[in-house]
Amino acid sequence: MEFILSILIGVLFTAAVYLILSRSLLKVILGTGLLSHGAHLLILTMGGLGGSAPPVLIDGITDFADPLPQALILTAIVISFGVTAVILVMAYRMYAVHQTDNMNELRGNDEHD
Amino acid sequence: MINLLLFPIIIPFFFAMILMFFKEQVVIQRVLTLIGLALSLVASCWLVATVKTEGIQTVTLGSWPAPFGISMVSDMFSALLVTTTILITFFVVLYSFSSIGIERERFFYYPAILFMITGINGAFTTGDIFNMFVFFEVLLIASYLLIVLGGEKRQLRESIKYILVNVISSAIFVIAVAYLYSVVGTLNMADISVKIAEINQPGIISVIAILFLIVFGIKGAIFPLYFWLPGSYAAPPIPVLALFGALLTKVGVYAITRTYTLFFVHDIGFTHQFLLVLSILTIIAGCIGALAYFDLKQIIIYNIIIAVGVILFGVAQMNTAGLEGAVYYLIHDMLIKGALFVLIGIIIYVTGTSNLREMGGLIKTHGTLGWTYLIAAFGLAGIPPLSGFIGKVLIAKGAFEADHAFSSVIVLASSLIVLLSVIRIFIYAFWGPQQHVLPARDQRVYRQMMLPAVMLVLITAAYGVGAEWLMPYMKDAADVLADPSIYINAVLKE
Repeated sequence: MEFILSILIGVLFTAAVYLILSRSLLKVILGTGLLSHGAHLLILTMGGLGGSAPPVLIDGITDFADPLPQALILTAIVISFGVTAVILVMAYRMYAVHQTDNMNELRGNDEHD
Repeated sequence: MINLLLFPIIIPFFFAMILMFFKEQVVIQRVLTLIGLALSLVASCWLVATVKTEGIQTVTLGSWPAPFGISMVSDMFSALLVTTTILITFFVVLYSFSSIGIERERFFYYPAILFMITGINGAFTTGDIFNMFVFFEVLLIASYLLIVLGGEKRQLRESIKYILVNVISSAIFVIAVAYLYSVVGTLNMADISVKIAEINQPGIISVIAILFLIVFGIKGAIFPLYFWLPGSYAAPPIPVLALFGALLTKVGVYAITRTYTLFFVHDIGFTHQFLLVLSILTIIAGCIGALAYFDLKQIIIYNIIIAVGVILFGVAQMNTAGLEGAVYYLIHDMLIKGALFVLIGIIIYVTGTSNLREMGGLIKTHGTLGWTYLIAAFGLAGIPPLSGFIGKVLIAKGAFEADHAFSSVIVLASSLIVLLSVIRIFIYAFWGPQQHVLPARDQRVYRQMMLPAVMLVLITAAYGVGAEWLMPYMKDAADVLADPSIYINAVLKE
């Protein structure tokens, strides 16, 4: 199971890097979404997928799932949702003001203003 | 009092929430923000005194014992940084009354600042690596609001880059924590340190160390990863720039210092040598940038990068003198950067431009501003007895003790470049004939802006002159960094 998930995480990271390197701002944002989902799956996998019982401590149960990675993922997912929402709003505002979503046209420094 | 170390985190958070209800009443917002920051300042000074007399303070949330619950730890290093953070914010808020503009004040400017302080103080205080990620996100989301507030064309363009860089670095942070968890199976920083010592830092831990260096290096702007900083920091108005320049990069520097003195201390030949080389390159890159620009903001922004290099150079020595110097220089740099940004904000307000070539002769009309700026510039470059000097001497001493004499020469030489870059501002802006007619400005607003600037510069001067009295505090902070077992015993005690 870990093996399949590792490949899935690799695929997610690959797609994320491909999208982040593209020119369209919307694709870059989708890429960051995929990147954070890959990172979340990575936490789950790195914590170990073993364990068949829920992590409720009763005498005699030794084979239980590690609850900590799941708690971490929960936090990280909420944060990534929030940040993605912020970026989308800001990208929309930026599109409204600059009339472009092409990252190449958003270069520039003080001298160009 | 057991919960004392949580006060500098909770009080700004509480006041930020209260402020959300007074969106339109700017006067209430100003008064409440000052009250909140003053209360936090009292709490943090009390915290420093308590840590000095009673040692490291810890709180485990929910009273779960240390490796299981989330612990908040306040040693001298973090207590001093928390105090400095609140002090700078207090003066920058005072400065922004007359400079930020009513439109921004109506749009959650003060709550955003207080939320950012919550995140910064939390990141300084937490003893749990995943909680550090959470507090980083708290301060980053508040900073996203601050950098884009106002919605100018250039702000929108630069803030989208700032956000993308930080989102990607946060994802790498999660990845690094995941790898670390898979190797040591714990998130409590003291416990991680014990577990890494037990397995004696195999190669995989060194890989994780570099991964952490990349993450915190992006936030703290070290050599190859500072590319986003000059553009993004130049976009927002001066008070926001002062807060970012004084505080945000220092959180990254703090995180590198903490992880590299607590976790990754068993293979110094690899990890710290790597940090040493990067810090030297950071200094050189910052020097080139500081000399290359004729724009006030950019010159001081590149000086942030130089300072980050100098502090991390002190950390890379891993001996008491080097660490003591790094702690001293870190706090010096936070104060002096706050003061300098406020001062150049006033220069820009007076002349109406940030281009050095269009200024001149200000010393005749604005004498106080000129002399205050000169003192701040000397303090930054490290002219004795001002504060930059003592930190650099200690860092150089640490470098000589650790046999890094050659690289410490580069650090000391960088002082000259720093001096050149900031004195150039003085020469171009204050000397010579007046280039053009100054725009008419309200003298009352000017005096209101000068007040926090002069007070900040006085504090930095006192910080340098009074170094003798502050040294015991710096020594306490450096002792904890130099010997991780002090930290571990305080957190994992029964």
